[in-house]
Parts: sequence; structure tokens; C-alpha cells
Amino acid sequence: MAASSRAQVLRLYRAMLRESQRFTAYGYRTYAIRRIRDAFRENKHLKDSEEIQTLVNKARTNLEIIHRQVTIGQLYSTQKLVIESLENRDNLII
Amino acid sequence: MDVQATTPLDPRVLDCMLPYLMHYYGNPHSRTHAYGWESESAMERARQQVASLIGADPREIFFTSGATESNNLAIKGVARFYKSRKKHIITTQTEHKCVLDSCRYLETEGFRVTYLPVKSNGLIDLKELENALQPDTSLVSIMTVNNEIGVKQPISDIGQICSSRKVFFHTDAAQAVGKIPMDVNDMKIDLMSISGHKIYGPKGVGAIYVRRRPRVRLEPLQSGGGQERGMRSGTVPTPLAVGLGAACEVSQQEMEYDYKRISVLADRLVTKIMTEIPDVVMNGDPEHHYPGCINLSFAYVEGESLLMALKDVALSSGRFGIGRFTTEEEVDYTVQKCIQHVKRLREMSPLWEMVQDGVDLKSIKWTQH
Repeated sequence: MAASSRAQVLRLYRAMLRESQRFTAYGYRTYAIRRIRDAFRENKHLKDSEEIQTLVNKARTNLEIIHRQVTIGQLYSTQKLVIESLENRDNLII
Repeated sequence: MDVQATTPLDPRVLDCMLPYLMHYYGNPHSRTHAYGWESESAMERARQQVASLIGADPREIFFTSGATESNNLAIKGVARFYKSRKKHIITTQTEHKCVLDSCRYLETEGFRVTYLPVKSNGLIDLKELENALQPDTSLVSIMTVNNEIGVKQPISDIGQICSSRKVFFHTDAAQAVGKIPMDVNDMKIDLMSISGHKIYGPKGVGAIYVRRRPRVRLEPLQSGGGQERGMRSGTVPTPLAVGLGAACEVSQQEMEYDYKRISVLADRLVTKIMTEIPDVVMNGDPEHHYPGCINLSFAYVEGESLLMALKDVALSSGRFGIGRFTTEEEVDYTVQKCIQHVKRLREMSPLWEMVQDGVDLKSIKWTQH
């Protein structure tokens, strides 16, 4: 199998972010998006194709995990947290 | 913001657990069929994951119902096994209730217990520990990271002292495992308690590490079918064990990232509060401290009033907990509300008024009612 190209990695990155946006739980959603961004950013300089492929495979596994957990979260969703409601957004002066 | 009380399940952990709650429901001790075999192999995989996080051998890890059971097992188990020749135990005054209660119970069985005090920064005095050791001391039990203040005890030094005096060293590492690097060999730890729900794993499961070389023996608490090499009878709850293992593995991978992030958020919280309002004290030694547990005292404000005012933030008694899933927004919101309410409560406080007027509170003669 050919090593993943830059385009493939970017596609995977966008797919992971898109899927993570669908988490209904505030903490999971913010964590997933943050973690994915930081992880891809940390590894963007890598040149060794084997290393890249290992990470890409790990990312694909994580994407599947995110997809399953997003679905479960939607089945058992609850109300929004205080931190998520619009009125409080305006109150954050700092 | 109360992650010291409990943590949410990491989605990666739940994902590992679900198959064992649904399709793979075998008893790991059933030796005769595939349901049992696959359940057993999952349990052993989890055992390896826990061991790997603390630098132990999987044969030294035993699953329990939580850190409370592990603490009970360690303290009562070791004390009772060696009771014919050793009757003394040392612990600290700031241990978790289950440790203190176990020691109190042992006192009724005829053991002597020394409860070491802590210095004003929350750390124990190593010289006092050395002086407290007696020829018939079987065990020293000191927690790694305190769940109220967040101080980190000098575990390696304590381990060194205990090993040189041939006394077993137990540590309740529930708040430390998976958050700071722990190695049972580097730190010369003989027994360790681990809690699932403090490291983004499920509630109802924990583990105890018991050193094999040199061998630590203990009298089991729970009798029965001899599971877990006789250390802890009872069917091991495979889904929970798998959850604990997964939580440990995730923590091992994420430790550095989480620690950096939590330190930044902790600095942000403390700095913002302290620059905005005066007379705030951070409890515990600032250097030997785990950043995810911040304990603040606000002078001239009653604790309960502040907790009740901060009604939409989950807090516990002056303790701010920051974890893997805590966001900057949550920290900012908590800081803003805290500052707002401390100012408001101080306005209502007669003590604050007197201080503002330059009265020295120590010079006041309070009248009796």
C-alpha cells in the first residue's frame, strides 16, 4: 500500500474534526477537537513515510472510535451545560 | 471542577468496555469455553496495561473494587500477616479516610499506630519519619498526591528510608497514577493503591500493586474461590477491569500533554484570581504540588457561603480541580464568578470592614454572649 499523501492526511484531519464536532458532550467535543489539532500540528514536520503511516493508521482507528462514541452520545444526550448556554457567553468579560 | 472527587469516562475507555458489557460477557475464570477464554485474555491484557503504567510486573497487580478496598487490603493485610513479630504502623494525619479508619480499626486489634503530622506546607518531615520508625514497624503508608491540597509527598525519599530500614512502604496513589510518572522500582514502593474513576476510568474498580521481589505477604480480606492468586476472591468484573486497563494506557500516552495543559490552566486560574482580589492564600507547598488540584483560602469570607454562591460550578470546599477535559472557558467562567462573589461576600463581612478601616483583628476583644 502506498504511503499516505499530504492530501490524504489532510482529508483524514478534516474528517476527524468534522466527526468530533458532532459530540453532544461539551467536554468530549472540546477535547477531541483540541487534541486532534495539537496532535496533527505536532507531527506535521515528519518525513519518514513509515512513521507517518503508523500515525495515520492510529488516526483512522481513533476516527472510528470517535464515530462510535458520537453516536452513543446522541442516543443518550442530556441538557446543555451552563458554560454552553448563550446568555453566559455574553457574561464572560475576562 | 471537582475532578478529585471523580472524573468522567474517557470516550476511548468506554469504547474498549462496551463489547464486554454486550457480547463478550463470559466469566474470566471459566476455563472450559471460549466465552471464558476471551474474557480472561481481556482481563490479562488490562492487567498488563496497569502494570506498564507503574513499572510493575503483571503478576504484581490484583484487581479490587477501588482504592478504598486496596488501602484496606494493604494496611490490614500486611499488619495482620506480620503481627506475630511486628505491631507498629506509621501513617500521616492527612491520609484519606479509608487509610485512617483502617489504622484506627487495627488499633482496636492491638496494633500501635503513629500518625505523623505534616508541616505547614503539607509535606511530611523526613527526619520525623526516620525517628518514628521502630524495630517492630511493619508498614509505612503515605499518599502520593493529596486529594484536598494537591501536595506531592517526597515518595522516592520515603521509599529510600523504608527500604534501608526493611519496612514495607505503601502509597495511596489514587490521585497520582496516570498524572505524574510513577515507577515502583525507582521509588522503592512495595504496595500501591490505584483507583479507576480518578483516571478517567469506570467507578467500582481499582487495583493493588504488591511487590514480589522482595516478597510482600498479606492476609487477604475477602475469602472465597481463590481468584487473583488468592489475594482477592470474587469474579473479576471484566468490563471494569478492561476499563481500568484502557484508562491506564490512555493516561500513559497522554500524561505529558495533559500535565502541560493542566499546568497552564492552573497558572491561569491562580494568577487571575490573585491579581484581582487580595488576601488569597494557596494552600500547600507551591513546588511539590500537582497543578490539577488547587486549594485556595479567601480571607474574611465564609467557605460555605462562597460554595453556595458559586452554584453553577461543581466545586468542593475551596478546592479547584482541573483535568483532561477542563476547558479554558470553564476556568475563566469559574474565576469570574469566584472574584465576583468573593468581592460581594467581603462587602457584607464586618471583619473585612474592620480590616479596611485599619483595625488589627488580633487586638479585638470579642465579647461573650
